[in-house]
Amino acid sequence: MPNATLASNLASHLVKSASVTRTEIPGTTLLKWFYDMALIREFEVRCMQAYQDKKIGGFCHVYIGQEAVAVGCVAALEHRDPIVTAYRDHGHALARGMHPKHCMAEMFGRIGGCAKGKGGSMHMFDKANNLYGGHGIVGAQCPLGAGLAFATKYEDEVIKGGKSDRVTMCFLGDGALNQGALHEAKNLAGLLDLPVIFVVENNGYSMGTAIERGTTMAHKIITKAMGYGMEGIEVDGMDVLNVYASMKDLCDRVRATSRPAFVDMRTYRYKGHSMSDPRKYRGREEEEQYEAEDPIGKLQKFIKDRKVATAAEIETIVDRVKVDVRDAVAWADASPAPGLEELYHDVYVEKWGPYTGTSLPEMLRESGVRSQE
Amino acid sequence: MANLTLVQAINLALVQEMEKDDRVIILGEDVGPNGGVFRVTEGLHKRFGSSRVVDSPLAESGIIGTSIGLAMAGLRPVPEIQFEGFLGPAYDQICSHAARMRTRTRGAFTVPLTIRIPVGGGIHAPELHSDSPEAIYAHTPGLKVVMPSSPYDAKGLLISAIRDPDPVMFFEPKRIYRAFREEVPEDEYTIPIGKARTVCEGDDLTIVSWGASVVQCMQAIEKSGKSIELIDLRTIYPFDMDAIEASVKKTGRCVIVHEAPKTCGFGAEIAARIMEKCFLYLEAPVQRVAGFDTIMPYYKLELEYMPDTARIARAIEDVGAY
Ligand SMILES: Cc1ncc(C[n+]2csc(CCOP(=O)(O)OP(=O)(O)O)c2C)c(N)n1
Ligand SMILES: [Mg+2]
Repeated sequence: MPNATLASNLASHLVKSASVTRTEIPGTTLLKWFYDMALIREFEVRCMQAYQDKKIGGFCHVYIGQEAVAVGCVAALEHRDPIVTAYRDHGHALARGMHPKHCMAEMFGRIGGCAKGKGGSMHMFDKANNLYGGHGIVGAQCPLGAGLAFATKYEDEVIKGGKSDRVTMCFLGDGALNQGALHEAKNLAGLLDLPVIFVVENNGYSMGTAIERGTTMAHKIITKAMGYGMEGIEVDGMDVLNVYASMKDLCDRVRATSRPAFVDMRTYRYKGHSMSDPRKYRGREEEEQYEAEDPIGKLQKFIKDRKVATAAEIETIVDRVKVDVRDAVAWADASPAPGLEELYHDVYVEKWGPYTGTSLPEMLRESGVRSQE
Repeated sequence: MANLTLVQAINLALVQEMEKDDRVIILGEDVGPNGGVFRVTEGLHKRFGSSRVVDSPLAESGIIGTSIGLAMAGLRPVPEIQFEGFLGPAYDQICSHAARMRTRTRGAFTVPLTIRIPVGGGIHAPELHSDSPEAIYAHTPGLKVVMPSSPYDAKGLLISAIRDPDPVMFFEPKRIYRAFREEVPEDEYTIPIGKARTVCEGDDLTIVSWGASVVQCMQAIEKSGKSIELIDLRTIYPFDMDAIEASVKKTGRCVIVHEAPKTCGFGAEIAARIMEKCFLYLEAPVQRVAGFDTIMPYYKLELEYMPDTARIARAIEDVGAY
């Protein structure tokens, strides 16, 4: 079944021009982006292997094909700008600077993970890097994004008495376009002038449902921004330079005006929805079309053409990525699984929870654990 | 007769009810050509077409709210929610509308709706994909709550649910979707909602359970070598207190087993009723083996969280020796 909307992604009508031109981006930045994108890809490839080897449980949704989106968007933000995203979140975490070992340990369900191995694939949280998760309920992160933007604006303006100076970036999949939570969040953001950007990572599918089978106006989803009085732009998300340039402009505008915005970020997931998806709903030709547009290959070519690095230097980066991910896997594998007592920690502020008289003693008997307190 | 898994038995019930009654329709995310996340609706789209097997947008409130409208107008929708964790967005429609419509309209409008939802842990799923929320819905007057533990029961109960004039939450224990097969008649049959099944008879102790935990209980009973009566509730609400009462009056001892957290789990209601009805017959306090009062964990710990045969065996020992 050909995906009409996706076919038009490849057309050239998407935003290509922006005030930041390609030649202005320094070589060191390009190489950093290349490392980050290659890191995400390698990380995901190793996750798929680890899933096959049953080292990773739960579900595993990989980001392969979408690397330019997370890397380009994060580059357009300041570190102080909050990010919140959905469940396909490994790429955002790595792009934001989470150490791959903490990310991998979370995948493995180990105590060294960013959420102590208690969450897994959909739970990438990194407070130090202003990453507010990783959320498993489709669309439910969108009002959180509005709230984060409300908070930064409140803090900057009301508490500090200055000017609102932070932008919140809220990522969502195209499937989330259909959830009420998004529409409530957009309305609120529009009404209260919240500096939040809703970035729809439009990869054309939610599980097996092609966007036009699940969403009205699929060919022009920015109409869903206009109705809430916010700016909407369409961006080719298969090219990191383009993502960066477009998003940098937009971030500048949102930072200056404190008005929300909406982005139709056209991208593609190369793999199945999760590890158990035979992808019967789309053809191999469509996949090949996008593989030919590979964002990493594109950046690599640009780097070579501009003579930012030689082929040998690029090889060195690729090798470094391999080593870094291998180290992350080894580190994760060596990290212990959380003990049963961990179930009771971090549910309430009290270490063991306010559980007197309920199942805590039974649990302690089960695990042979005694409270240290 | 065919030897079917629980998934196949449900699929068969859906096919037969759809063939029999063209008011029965299915809605849900990827339930069409893809056959749903657990492939429960496999083949139905091919057989009945897009107007009766409707791939819906990713919007649970919309799926359930629309189904309520369909049901009020006289259809018999059987929507699927992919995992119990996604009932959240639909909760308002279920509890504020479906459950109350008959009362609110003094019987003028009813909601003959069956919501199918995979529930429970044991398949190495992540957070929000392994919970057991049956008590929440049993605590909502106006809803019926059903949870089969075998392919045979699943077929008969689903047919009853679809034909029921009131809304039914049909919870399918995903851990045993394909865990074993059972002879399931091709012919249609119903199992009444509200009637428990005595899985095995015994004199020394009663175990009450439902869903996938029934399988754990059977294993624990077999290992114990004791004379234990196992009651599979099958319907959580309205539940078969008569069956429980008769059994506990006979054995004088009772263990209740469920996956959901212990506090305010449905076992609490059963224990209280036993106290009301069987106080003078009890030889020991009723004991519950349940999930702990924390959030259902990621897969490394899930098997320790859920009641297993060892924990059930200990409860059998404790209550037996009291
Ligand atoms: C409320 C809710 N409903 C259903 C699901 C199951 N589910 C998980 S991902 C997904 C598809 C999401 O598609 P999209 O938003 O486009 O994100 P993508 O997978 O393309 O990154 C579905 C239906 C869920 N997690 N939450
Ligand atoms: Mg998508």
